[in-house]
Amino acid sequence: MATALTRKDFASDQEVRWCPGCGDYAILAAVQKVMPEFGIPPEKCVFISGIGCSSRFPYYMNTYGFHTIHGRAPAFATGLKISRPDLDVWVVTGDGDALSIGGNHLIHVLRRNVDLNILLFNNRIYGLTKGQYSPTSERGKITKSTPVGSIDFPFNPITVALGAHATFVARSIDVEQKHLGDMLKRAHAHRGASFLEILQNCNIFNDGAFNDLTDKAIKADHQLVLEHGKPLIFGKNRDRGIRLNGLRPEVVTLGNGITENDLLVHDETNLALAFMLGSFEPPMPTPIGVFYCESRPAYDAEATKQIEMVTAKQGKGDLNKLLRGGDTWTVN
Amino acid sequence: MQLVGTQFTSESALAGNDIATVPDFPAEIRAPAGTLAGVSSFQVNISSSEIFTAGDEPNVLVAMNPAALKANIGDLSPNAVIIADRESFTDANLKRAGYTSNPLTDHSLDKFQVFEVDVTKLTTLALQGTGLSNRQVVRCRNMFVLGLISWLYQRPIESTVSWLENRFKKSPEILDANVRALKAGYNYGETAELFASGYKVPPAKIAPGVYRNITGNSATAIGFTVAAQMAGRPLFLGSYPITPASDILHELSGYKNYNVYTFQAEDEIAGVCSAIGAAFGGAIAVTTTSGPGVNLKAEAIGLAVKVELPLVITDVQRAGPSTGMPTKPEQADLLMALFGRHGEAPLPVIAAATPADCFECAYEAVRIAVKYMTPVILLTDGALANGAEPWLLPDVSKLPPIKVEFASKVEGFMPYARDEETLSRPWAIPGTPGLMHRVGGLTGEHLTGNVSYSPSNHEMMIRLRARKIAGIAREMKPLEIFGDQEGGDIVVLGWGSTFGPIREAVKQMRSAGKKVSHIHLRYLNPLPKDLGEKLRRFKKVMVAEMNLGQLLKLVRAEYLIDAIGCNKIQGRPFKVSELVSRISRALED
Repeated sequence: MATALTRKDFASDQEVRWCPGCGDYAILAAVQKVMPEFGIPPEKCVFISGIGCSSRFPYYMNTYGFHTIHGRAPAFATGLKISRPDLDVWVVTGDGDALSIGGNHLIHVLRRNVDLNILLFNNRIYGLTKGQYSPTSERGKITKSTPVGSIDFPFNPITVALGAHATFVARSIDVEQKHLGDMLKRAHAHRGASFLEILQNCNIFNDGAFNDLTDKAIKADHQLVLEHGKPLIFGKNRDRGIRLNGLRPEVVTLGNGITENDLLVHDETNLALAFMLGSFEPPMPTPIGVFYCESRPAYDAEATKQIEMVTAKQGKGDLNKLLRGGDTWTVN
Repeated sequence: MQLVGTQFTSESALAGNDIATVPDFPAEIRAPAGTLAGVSSFQVNISSSEIFTAGDEPNVLVAMNPAALKANIGDLSPNAVIIADRESFTDANLKRAGYTSNPLTDHSLDKFQVFEVDVTKLTTLALQGTGLSNRQVVRCRNMFVLGLISWLYQRPIESTVSWLENRFKKSPEILDANVRALKAGYNYGETAELFASGYKVPPAKIAPGVYRNITGNSATAIGFTVAAQMAGRPLFLGSYPITPASDILHELSGYKNYNVYTFQAEDEIAGVCSAIGAAFGGAIAVTTTSGPGVNLKAEAIGLAVKVELPLVITDVQRAGPSTGMPTKPEQADLLMALFGRHGEAPLPVIAAATPADCFECAYEAVRIAVKYMTPVILLTDGALANGAEPWLLPDVSKLPPIKVEFASKVEGFMPYARDEETLSRPWAIPGTPGLMHRVGGLTGEHLTGNVSYSPSNHEMMIRLRARKIAGIAREMKPLEIFGDQEGGDIVVLGWGSTFGPIREAVKQMRSAGKKVSHIHLRYLNPLPKDLGEKLRRFKKVMVAEMNLGQLLKLVRAEYLIDAIGCNKIQGRPFKVSELVSRISRALED
């Protein structure tokens, strides 16, 4: 291998055309920063997207890229990965693309566990179509298409992914560059479908949607950083934690007889715990990090294995034999 | 009954006859037995001369119950033989079929030769002492019937015995019972003196070579597999089960050692999208479906047109609209195949004429897709899919080559540069160093493919892609006219599965001295360059198709020819007699 790869090797020559101040810039920067660390040359990487602001992403990566149609990126990526297991395939999608028009493909790619890295940029709004509510918008949201408030109950991307039996489910935030980089690395290291929700600010149509989680003054009181094997502690003074009261989680303050030993310890391999944490809504803190990670055979690897197995058993296909399948007869 | 029909067809093919079949079965898996809706039938035509259809009017009907008799009696030739399972003509079954009296006894069948056979009783007797349950015995009745008609037509039953041996390898007692029932049926025909005599159908004079029996869906699957092997690439099928196309998926999933990936997707859309993803990666990519599935795939097909990736979409047409009659054939998807996408999205459309022709057309579809970097729609239909005919096995070394040359040269690489002759763009697949590029649905700039909103570029790209597809006509051989080369009174123009009945009707009329000819189209887009000129040689042009006149519209629009339509939309192929009378009428007008 020649010289080490750098961030520049992954940046295309195309002018980035997101709105100034869009959270997507931060995500692009984080991805371009971690890609060289994987040691995979750009020509072996493919970014596939659907439709929406997030889906412009592939144009800005100096890899192979495919900007497809609305909601279907997981299906394109599945076909590519099955037939080309040698490639490093990424799916970039948004809350509308993945959870509304593409909901079906998302759940199926997750349950099949195709070895893809799926990045869902969740800004809880439709940006490209200019400001309608999305399947993750909160109830009551006033938007162009809901002038008296949305009456739709929102999807929670994390519990949707867990419900589809995804083998890797994580969440990060656009501006948390260090955390986001770590999550990208974890997602990439996982064999099978890795699902990473990235909370992303749309400063035009839904500015400040995640202020609680990004405002330096208050974010520590709202972010719950998940770390495998560590107690669930948060807060500016790291004095608050999650304790189980029967089967119900509750926020407690350390001290007055409550110690770290009373707190719930995060376990990435516990699906029930992942569901519980994934369901946290304010006033509970918002967890970020890896909710769940399990090892299960990847669909693409199994498909190749079957081809190898049958070929080993029956021998490489012989066209003569194929044509002569069944009874033949000769006319003289 | 499907099994009896298939085996009888195989026996006949091995006996050297020309054959043509039409299976006809309900969409319901277990439709109520004994009702008209539940009748499953299999029509086979065997001949000592060349034939093109399964025949208009069967000479022999085997009716396993009153409903089967009622559903098919209208088609029989006068004086036809009816073999009826007498025991099944019970009051309850008669009522279920809508008979108020028993046709076997009320003289309503007097113009036919009726043979009543106690199939169940005779099968039971033949299997006495085998220790099989009543239910298992009853399941062997079909073999008894196969034995009986095999005797009637002097078919050797050895091939069926060896087929049974293979099928019931693991259960010797079931094998034994089936063989016993088969032989009992055969011997019954010989000894019961029920029939005055059997029929003798000597071998047909057909081209020498090695043959096998093939259905259209099998031929399609094999065509794709051979094409991918010739291209030296893996075959990827992304598909969602749908009648009558699913058998292609089943068959291809058994060809894994031919480097065939089959992906049963979550829906029709994922079927085509996964195939396009595989094409992006360099696989020979296909998707298979029927009409409703093509509708769902339309947006993705438009993307494949725009990004210019090779892909074959197979539409095994069925009677529509909507769910329609899923197991019945129709040709009403032609205009959808040609125009059923938003924007200007032309693509090649080719149609198979016979079950065996599905092989050549599937192969040709892949060849065109790869050569011109375009999605191609392959049209077959339910009649071709399940119908069978003898197939003269091709010499693989004589098939046209399918050359796959991936781009590799970094210097001057542009993803949308074009080949001077074909106007196709390079196929640059992921993994190739230095050729990283992005493709997508947004209008791309000429040469670079970069997103562009330039008005003149947009029009240029649309015109370029249209010219690329139109240019495929350069490759086509001159259209064949069956009949009067210099023109005559009428030419019947057809496409797809109407080939058999049209050819048979035209042959019959020509032997009666009529100046009738036949032109059959494989390429529906682009149309052959010489089509207009050749049609104009004739005083009249009749377009026969199983729709309300879709090719007719094209012919009138493209060539300003005042063609006449001949249409049937009943979920059944044309009968030869229907065509003869329609053509005769047109000649008189």
